[in-house]
Amino acid sequence: MTIKVKINGVTKSFEIQPDDFLIDVLRSNGYLAVKQGCDTGTCGVCTIHLDGKAVLSCVVLAAKADGCEITTIEGVQSEAERIGNYLISEGVDQCGYCSSGTIMSILYLERCIKEPTDEEILHYLNGNLCRCTGYSGQLRAIKRYMEAKKNERG
Amino acid sequence: MISIKEYIAPKSIEEAYNLLVSNKGCTLIGGGAFLRMGAKSISLAIDLSKAGLSYVEEKEETFEIGAMTTFGDIERHKGLNKVFNNLLARSVGDIVGVQLRNLVTVGGTVYSRYGFSDPITALLVLETDVKLYKQGIIPLRDFLIKGSKERDILEAIIIKKTGRIASFQSMRNSKGDYAILNLALSMKDGSYSIAVGARPNRGILATKTMDFLKGKELSKEVLTEATDIIAEEIIFGSNTRGSEAYRRQICKVLLKRALEEVKGYDNKSED
Amino acid sequence: MKEVKSSINKKDGMALIKGRPVYTDDLAPKDALIVKVLRSPHAFARIKKINTSIAEKVPGVECIFTHENIIRKPFTRAGQCYPELSPYDKFLLDEYVRHVGDDVAIVAAVNEKTANKAMRLIKVEYEILEPVLDYEKAEECGILVHPEKDIFSKLDVGFDRERNTVCKVDLSLGNLEKALEESDIVLRRTFKTQAQAQGMMETQRTYTYLDEYDRLVVVTSTQIPFHVRRILANALDFPTNKIRVIKPRIGGGFGSKQTAHSEFYPALVTLKTGKPAKIVYSRKEVFRGTTSRHQMRFHITVGATKDGRIKAIEIDGISDTGAYGEHAQTTFSAAGKKVLTLYNKVEACKFSGKAVYTNHVPGGALRGFGVTQGTFALESTINELAKELNMDPVEIREMNMIKKGETTPLYNMITKGAGPEPIPMDSCMLEYCVKRGKELINWDSKYPSERISSTKVRGVGMAIAQQGSGLPNIDMASATLKLNDDGFFTLLTGATDIGTGSDTILAQIAAETLGVETETINVYASDTDVTPFDSGAYASSTTYTTGNAVIKAAENMKAEIIQLSAEYFKTQEENIQFDGKNITRIDNGESISLKDFSQKITYNILHQQLITTGSFVPKKAAPPYMAGFAEVEVDLETGKVNLIDFIGVVDCGTPINPMLAKIQAEGGIVQGIGMALFEEVKYSEAGRLMTDTFMEYKLPTRRDIGNIHVELAEGYDETGPYGAKSIGEVVINTVSPAITDAIYNACGVRIRELPATPEKVFLNLQKNPSINDKE
Repeated sequence: MTIKVKINGVTKSFEIQPDDFLIDVLRSNGYLAVKQGCDTGTCGVCTIHLDGKAVLSCVVLAAKADGCEITTIEGVQSEAERIGNYLISEGVDQCGYCSSGTIMSILYLERCIKEPTDEEILHYLNGNLCRCTGYSGQLRAIKRYMEAKKNERG
Repeated sequence: MISIKEYIAPKSIEEAYNLLVSNKGCTLIGGGAFLRMGAKSISLAIDLSKAGLSYVEEKEETFEIGAMTTFGDIERHKGLNKVFNNLLARSVGDIVGVQLRNLVTVGGTVYSRYGFSDPITALLVLETDVKLYKQGIIPLRDFLIKGSKERDILEAIIIKKTGRIASFQSMRNSKGDYAILNLALSMKDGSYSIAVGARPNRGILATKTMDFLKGKELSKEVLTEATDIIAEEIIFGSNTRGSEAYRRQICKVLLKRALEEVKGYDNKSED
Repeated sequence: MKEVKSSINKKDGMALIKGRPVYTDDLAPKDALIVKVLRSPHAFARIKKINTSIAEKVPGVECIFTHENIIRKPFTRAGQCYPELSPYDKFLLDEYVRHVGDDVAIVAAVNEKTANKAMRLIKVEYEILEPVLDYEKAEECGILVHPEKDIFSKLDVGFDRERNTVCKVDLSLGNLEKALEESDIVLRRTFKTQAQAQGMMETQRTYTYLDEYDRLVVVTSTQIPFHVRRILANALDFPTNKIRVIKPRIGGGFGSKQTAHSEFYPALVTLKTGKPAKIVYSRKEVFRGTTSRHQMRFHITVGATKDGRIKAIEIDGISDTGAYGEHAQTTFSAAGKKVLTLYNKVEACKFSGKAVYTNHVPGGALRGFGVTQGTFALESTINELAKELNMDPVEIREMNMIKKGETTPLYNMITKGAGPEPIPMDSCMLEYCVKRGKELINWDSKYPSERISSTKVRGVGMAIAQQGSGLPNIDMASATLKLNDDGFFTLLTGATDIGTGSDTILAQIAAETLGVETETINVYASDTDVTPFDSGAYASSTTYTTGNAVIKAAENMKAEIIQLSAEYFKTQEENIQFDGKNITRIDNGESISLKDFSQKITYNILHQQLITTGSFVPKKAAPPYMAGFAEVEVDLETGKVNLIDFIGVVDCGTPINPMLAKIQAEGGIVQGIGMALFEEVKYSEAGRLMTDTFMEYKLPTRRDIGNIHVELAEGYDETGPYGAKSIGEVVINTVSPAITDAIYNACGVRIRELPATPEKVFLNLQKNPSINDKE
């Protein structure tokens, strides 16, 4: 079957099987920033935005995305770079495997809550596992990023 | 590995229903978040995501929540946040992560009657009905016991705005894990509704405890007796997350905490 | 020091953050055959019949291997220097399957769905055998995990197939009996540590192809590219010189990729078909088909005087290595060697025991590598001893632990190639770590506990630990530097950056030695065809061992630059000064920039490529040390433990990159929290693995960990590169004993078997209800 999606702002058609999962369709079409981690929707590394909401592409049937808007980190490179600068300056880029999923969650958090508390940051990112950093540095980085955005808004 | 031969996303519930009853080997797909873990062979998958079932409608006397509404939608719904001491958001907030909650649907959870479910336990202590496309409206409490009598589609759940004060309690070790046990409680005019889930079996009402508490002043003695009754009446089991004996003890604690919480709300409202 | 001791950003950071396709699966050719492994559902079984004829007929299936059509040659998958201390007990495929997830057949097909379909169509008839599941009884149970007679151990480690014994360890110092007899107090305790999964985010994966010379190229997510080349050559009976192993970016290792796993299958397929082949492990396969931390049990005896001087320590242990003996001897002996040395003032000590086969998923390497297990046992006992003697746990450490400049003959015994001369621990900052940690957690006001409410109590606990920095006289590293024609350098290293930032750290070291900026050093790493040998990313070795090799390479480079510029200026070497930017003839001040010089010697005169190499093997033990302090809050009604604060003060010598060192510590502490409170590989009574997804096996989330605070001690080790020691592993060791002692101090419950789940704490609270009256 064919699905039509608007992915990172571009309308595309993908030929898929009804039992393909979105992550596999995305990766086989070159969206390689979407990573596979757990296959059960538990680790967060495959996080993308589907119609503006953060979801796990490893458990979403590709067929479900028909007619939807998809954003992967490839579509938000400048935002990723901006957040990335904060992560890197805390040294929490580490193996990097979870970072595209984590950044997609940070962007989603921002969309839902402009000035999140620490507790809200943790709540929105709880589904993003990371085994390298111990999370603390990520929290420091995200807080600094959110603070900078807040100051910009004045 | 699951396999799906054919896939359709009907545009309306009528269309979905007609497909469902005219195809033997078909399966309804809600959020589909747990599909990947199974090994089902599905000849026709009927995906409800385009059937217009994702909504939360606040009416005069009820909230109607479309079956395809996700836990995430519920968690962030301003209207739902204001009722029952935010019971529903509290009952979904510890489930894995935001990204999974944006996929898992109310309808899929209720229809599957998952034992580990947190929100089912919460819904049980409200006046909740299940709206089935063919069979019409039946109380959630009945649906959970009997399931659907025939092939049908869960269209929505309907919650009466009863003004009950409520509490949701759960015990889990890691904050991304399923609950070892959960308990929800609601109260109005001295009448209590209490449900226990993740026992690890499906959520059920603690009717003896509810009867006992009815109209009683929550003294220390009453509390202790209530916790003894609930530990006695609910059937618990063991799995990797906890033993039967541990669940029994935790149930007492969760009940105590829930009662204390609603008592606090109650006192405040009287002030 | 300008480039080192500097928190430079990781060189590859932005590429990783922005999701650039730089990991193994991102790079695999699109037309690669998809390889799948059919795995055993049984803990122990013999394959009576295996029929692949229907599966082979599925259109798109390229080939299927079973034990009937594959070479039979025992090998070990453990990534260790040759000859390995692990037994040669694994076959590519075998008639017996020895754990849930053991490999039964290998399928290659044009795509994943076809491969899955073919896998389902392979008919296997198993004779289900009674499995060995209780490791404490494995030696006497009469069932052999390895009935086949053709397995063996290359080295004498006490291997005894007929008793399920993989190795025996016996290490002792002094007269134990006498020391125990003369002790005022003797404490005997038993501790158990669970199997823990590494939990790296990227699962094992590999792709292979034949290059234009018909050589086998293996691109793989590994910590040990050079060992993989050797292991593959042996297992596949294929010449080593025809194999090239390349490691791209890696999504975490933690020891999981110190054992070869995913490499064998696509390699077999490529050699058979000539086509590129790829395997990506599912998370379930990682849990079922790879390794986890060896679970261990320790009987421990400590003797002390009544004023708290520890006179004797005896540890008798047993380790469950599961179905295969990978890393069994090394992890188990590390549980003694790198633990007993903490208490150097004892009159006698002994570590003995064995590792045994069972039908569990194999044990393997995981950060801490046995030391974590041993530290939990010993540090917990010392905490109990303090309690028995009514002493402060900090005070008993201060009295007994190893301090700067001190040593123990144990260091001579456990350091390969060490002579009889005492080996003083001149860089040991443990005393400072304990003192500072105590201040940071506010120990004196918090110890032992504080009642928060009628149902909540907080308690504090602490522990100390060490690890190694590389393996003396065993693991070697080398590095090559090349001066390029625009005055920049290429650093070629076999070291394996698995996300730690070691590529950046090694570049910093090279830059410091050369006097240039880190930016001018390009790193190319982990390609067995191109980069010099390195044993790999394990044993806390990269900064220390490879770092030293980099310094040698850089010093050689400086010497070559000076030698060639003397020729260029037609003068003596003594008359040349090189400051990293410019080369100056001292007597007349004539000067040329490095950039111009490198261009000239490439294009105009002299015509020489400058390339230098340095090699290094550690000669001396240079252990990093750490003190960990935990504050927990125990819910007396449920047994739930919340970690409030964890303070880690780490002596890693000079931190080459303090920011990255700190993250190593924070990450290691959180992995330790997982071990202390949440994580456990569980089996059913019949041996079925219950925890094979992240739904069932719970890594700590960011809401589970409390506040982590890390400080680095200002240390300097003379043998380390610019004074550096290791940090990667030591950071996990104190967490479990510190947390469990904090639990004890809060509520009187001793957890001697990890993890400290709410149920365990609760059940013990029921036995000890006095705490509820403490209010």
